[in-house]
Amino acid sequence: MLKNYMTVNEVFGPLMFVEKVTDAKYDELVEIELSSGEVRRGKVLELHGDRVMVQVFEGTSGINVGETKVRFLGTSIELGVSEDMVGRVFNGFGIPLDKAQKVIPETKLDINGSPINPYSRDYPLDFIQTGISSIDGMNPLIRGQKLPLFSGAGLPHAEVAAQIVRQSKLLSGSDDFAVVFGAMGITFEEANYFISDFRKTGAIEKAVLFINLANDPAIERLATPRMALTTAEFLAFEKGMHVLVVLTDMTNYAEAMREVSAARKEVPGRRGYPGYMYTDLATIYERAGRINGKSGSITQIPILTMPEDDITHPIPDLTGYITEGQIILSRDLHRKGIYPPIDVLPSLSRLKDLGIGAGKTREDHADVLNQLYAGYARGKEARELAVILGEAALGALDKKYLQFADAYEGKFIAQGRDEERSIERTLDIGWELLSMLPEDELKRVRPENIKKYLKRGKAPAGQSEENRRK
Amino acid sequence: MIEGKVYRVAGPVVVAEEMKNAKMFDVALIGEMNLMGEIIGLKGERATIQVYEETGGVGIGDKVISAGHPLSVELAPGLLGAIYDGIQRPLDVLKSKVGDFIARGVTAPAIDRTKQWDFVPTAKVGDTVTGGDILGVVNETQIFQHKIMVPPGVAGKIIDITGGKAKVEDTIASIETPAGRKDLQMLQRWPVRVGRPFAEKMQPTIPMLTGQRVLDTFFPVAKGGTACVPGPFGSGKTVIQHQLSKWADTDVIIFVGCGERGNEIAAVLMEFPELKDPKTGRPLMERTILVANTSNMPFAAREASIYTGITMAEYYRDMGYNVALQADSTSRWAEALREISGRLEEMPGEEGYPAYLTSRLASFYERAGSVKVIGSEDRTGSLTLIGAVSPPGGDFSEPVTQGTLRTTKVFWALDAPLAYKRHFPAIHWLNSYSLYLDDVKEWWEKNVGWNWKLTRDSAMALLQKEAELEEIVRLVGVDALGDKDRFLLECTRSIREDFLYQNAYHDVDTYCSASKQYHMLRTIMDFHELGKKALEEGRGLNQILSLPCRREIVKLRFVEEARFEDVVKALGESMQHQFDNMGVV
Repeated sequence: MLKNYMTVNEVFGPLMFVEKVTDAKYDELVEIELSSGEVRRGKVLELHGDRVMVQVFEGTSGINVGETKVRFLGTSIELGVSEDMVGRVFNGFGIPLDKAQKVIPETKLDINGSPINPYSRDYPLDFIQTGISSIDGMNPLIRGQKLPLFSGAGLPHAEVAAQIVRQSKLLSGSDDFAVVFGAMGITFEEANYFISDFRKTGAIEKAVLFINLANDPAIERLATPRMALTTAEFLAFEKGMHVLVVLTDMTNYAEAMREVSAARKEVPGRRGYPGYMYTDLATIYERAGRINGKSGSITQIPILTMPEDDITHPIPDLTGYITEGQIILSRDLHRKGIYPPIDVLPSLSRLKDLGIGAGKTREDHADVLNQLYAGYARGKEARELAVILGEAALGALDKKYLQFADAYEGKFIAQGRDEERSIERTLDIGWELLSMLPEDELKRVRPENIKKYLKRGKAPAGQSEENRRK
Repeated sequence: MIEGKVYRVAGPVVVAEEMKNAKMFDVALIGEMNLMGEIIGLKGERATIQVYEETGGVGIGDKVISAGHPLSVELAPGLLGAIYDGIQRPLDVLKSKVGDFIARGVTAPAIDRTKQWDFVPTAKVGDTVTGGDILGVVNETQIFQHKIMVPPGVAGKIIDITGGKAKVEDTIASIETPAGRKDLQMLQRWPVRVGRPFAEKMQPTIPMLTGQRVLDTFFPVAKGGTACVPGPFGSGKTVIQHQLSKWADTDVIIFVGCGERGNEIAAVLMEFPELKDPKTGRPLMERTILVANTSNMPFAAREASIYTGITMAEYYRDMGYNVALQADSTSRWAEALREISGRLEEMPGEEGYPAYLTSRLASFYERAGSVKVIGSEDRTGSLTLIGAVSPPGGDFSEPVTQGTLRTTKVFWALDAPLAYKRHFPAIHWLNSYSLYLDDVKEWWEKNVGWNWKLTRDSAMALLQKEAELEEIVRLVGVDALGDKDRFLLECTRSIREDFLYQNAYHDVDTYCSASKQYHMLRTIMDFHELGKKALEEGRGLNQILSLPCRREIVKLRFVEEARFEDVVKALGESMQHQFDNMGVV
C-alpha cells in the first residue's frame, strides 16, 4: 500500500513541495490527487532531507495545501510500448487520444532511456533520398543522422518536413519503416496539417503520433519528446524498423524547460535558459543512430523556430552543436517565392562524406556539391557587390557567377511541393548549371568527372531528361 | 572505511551525512547500485558528492561509502587501443557486460587483468633506481614499446627482477627501500587531479608536424606546446581534429571527446583501425587512446574526462615519448563545471560559470610541456595539448574562449564564412596566430629550407596586402587596380587555392610533408617574384598569367611525395625558362 502524503507545504509555478516524506526517490513518478478527485502526475526534482520538490506535469492550478494527496509510485516515468502503437495517436504523456482500444504493452520502458554506448554505435552510411535537390544534392540526409530544420515564424517548415516524410526512401530498396511524430506546443492547425498529410499519403498507417498542443499543459512537453523517442527506440532496436522521428517545435520544449528552471530559482544562463540546456537537449538528440548488429535505425528531424531568425539564439546554437548539421530555411528565398526556401550555404550535413559517392549515390556527387557551393557563394558575393555598384560595374566573370546564382536558385533549389527528384536528376541539374561557368573555374571537380559529365550538362537548357535520352 | 547516509539529492549532486573524517576528492559509492562519485565539499559531517552517473532512484537514507582514495586512473600496458568513458571504464567491456546501452553502477577494470605480457627487464639486480627509472619493456602493440617505470616517489636497490610472461598485477621486481622491501607491478595508479612529476620543463623548439599546410607552415605548434581551436559549428573543426590524430608526428595520440556526438566517436572507431600510421603502416588505433564521454552521458563524468585523458598522456610522456592530447570540446567541459557549480549553489561568475573557471583552465593547459622526465637517466618527453572550444553563437568574447586564449599560444581561427565557401581547412590566415614561430624557425631552416621563415613571412605579407586590396576592389571594382596589384591578387589567390586549401579526403592531398610544403610555397613565391620582375620589365599581365607553368602549380598538391622532388625541380626550371623566353609585347 502506497503512503498518501497530505503534507504539501508550498506550491508555486509548476513546482510543489511536500514535507515529512520518508521514502521518496530522486526522479520518481508522483501521483497527485486533488481535493476534487482529479489525479495528476509529477516527478521528483530534488530531495532535501524530508522535503521533496515535485514538478507537476499538468499544472498546479487547483492544488491546495491542506487536502491534496501525494503518492510516490516508486518507478521512474515509464511508457508501455508495443508494436500495436503504430498507427495510433497519443497525447503528450502517452495516453491514447483516439477512440480505439487501449494499447496492451509488450514491455514498460523508462522514458529517459540510457545513453547508447559509443562503442556499440554503427556509423551512419546509407543515403536517404528525400527527393529535394537542395537536401539530397547539397546536404544529404543519412540514415541514423539527426538533422534539424532551423526555421522562423511564418516559414514553410511544416511543408518541407511533411515532404521529407512523404518522399524519403533508400536507394537500396525499401525496408520496414515507421514514422514517430512528436508535437510540442504547436497549434491545432499545424498538427492537423501533418496528420491530414500523413492520412492522405497513407503514412499514418506507419506512424505513431504524440500530440501536445499549444493549450495543453506546458510542462507535459518536457515528457513528449522522450515518449516519442522511447517508442522509436523500441521500434528500431527491438523490432528492427527504420524509424524517422519528427519533433516539432523544439523551441516550445526549451521554453518549458526555462519555465521550470525559473521556478526553481536556478542561476540563468543565456537569455534565461538554464545552464544545463545543452546536456538536456543532448539527451534528446543523441537518441538517434544505428547500433552494431541491429537492423533498425533512428533518424531524427527536429524542427525549431529561431526567435527573430537569430541563429545565435541559445536554442539553435546549442542544437547545432549536438546535431549532425542543420537545414536552414531562408526568409529571403521564401519572399522570392522559392520553395523549398532552403538556405544552402549555412546549411550542413556532417555525415554526408561517407554517405555519398560511387556505389551510394554517384561518383561525381562530392565534386558537384563542392563546386556548386563554391559557385553559389561567389555568385552571392557578386550579387552583394552588384547592389552597391550596379550590375554594369561587375567584371565579366562576376557577371557569370551572378547569373549562375540566379539560375541555381531558380532551377536547383526551387521545385514543386510534390516534385520528387531522383539524385541522378539532381546531379544532372547541377552539371547543367556548372556548364554556365568557364571550365577553368571548376577547380573543385576532378578532371575525369568533368570529362564524363560536363557534356551531359551542356545540352540546351530547359530540355528535360527524357527528351535528351531520345 | 567511512559509511554515511544520503541527505540531499539534486541531480548529480548528492549530500551525505555522517561522513566524519571523509577526505576531499576521495571516491564515494552511493546506494545499492554503488554509483560512483567524488567528494567535492565538506561541511561538518556532511560531504557533498559529485556523482558520475544518473542518480534516479537514489533516496534519502541510502548508504554512502567513502572508498578512502582519490579518483585515479590505472596505468599499465593495455591502455593503447582502448576506448574509455570519462572515468576510465572500458566501453568495449561494458558493452559485453550490459549490452548496447550504458547501464548504471557497472564497473570494469580499466586494464585487462588476465592478459599476459612479455616483460623484458632492462635493469638488473643490484641497480639503484629511483622514481621514473625504467625497469624493463613490454611490446604493448606491434608498433609501440611500453616502458615499465619505477613509480614516482619510490627509490632503492633492486633485489629481484624477473622477465617473461606476466600479468599487470604480477610482481615483476622488488626493491629494497629505506622503508623495507617493496614489490613492484606493471600496474600503477595515479590520481587524475594531480599532475605527474617531472624534473624540468624546457622551451619547446621542435615543431609538431601535422601534414596540414596551413598549420605547419603558417601557424605551427611546437611539441609540448598548447593550441586552441575555436569553431563555430559547421566550420570543420572535427575534420581538423581527425586529420591531426591521423597525421601528427607524435608517438601517442589521446583523443578526449568530452560532450561530443556519439556518431563522431563511432566515426573514429570505424576509421582509426583502418587508417595506417604513415611511419609504420600499422593501424592508427595501436597508438591511440580514446576517452569518449558523449553529450548524453552523465556530465559529471564529462568534467572528469579531461583529467583522465591528461593523466594517461603524462604517463606516456614520462616514458620519453611525444604525446598529443586533443580535448573536444573544453566548452562542454566548462559547461559541466558550471552545471555542478549551479547545483552546489555557488556564487556565479561571468555567464553563470564559476569564478574558478579560468584558473582551472589555466592549470589544465599548464600540464602540457616539453620536459626532462624524472629518473636518473637523461630522457625527455613532450605533451602537446590541443583544446577545442565551441563558443556559443560564434562569440569569441565568452569566458571559456577568453580563458583559453590567455593560456594557449597558438590560435587556429576556424571561420564559418570560409567554410561556406568550401575553403578547407577553414582556418583564417589573418585571424590565426602562433607564438612558436621563432622557436621552431631553427628546426625548419636547418632541416627543410634555409629561408623558410622569410618565405612564410612574405607569403603572409602578400595575404595581408590582399585583404587591403579587396576592400578597394569591393568599393571601386577590380578594374581600378593597376597591373601590379592585380598580379598580386592572382598570386594570393594561388596561395589560397593551391596552398592553403587542402582536401582531407583526397588520397595524396590529405598529407603534405614539411619539405613538400616548403617547396610548394617557395614555387608560388618564386612565380610571384619572377612575375613582378617581368611586369617591371614591361611584360603584359595577361602574358604572365597565361604562362603554362601556372597550370602546373595548381597540380602540385596532387603530386605524390615520392615523385614530388623531381616534379618541383622540373617545374622550377621550366618556370624560369618560360619567363626568360617571354617575348616583349
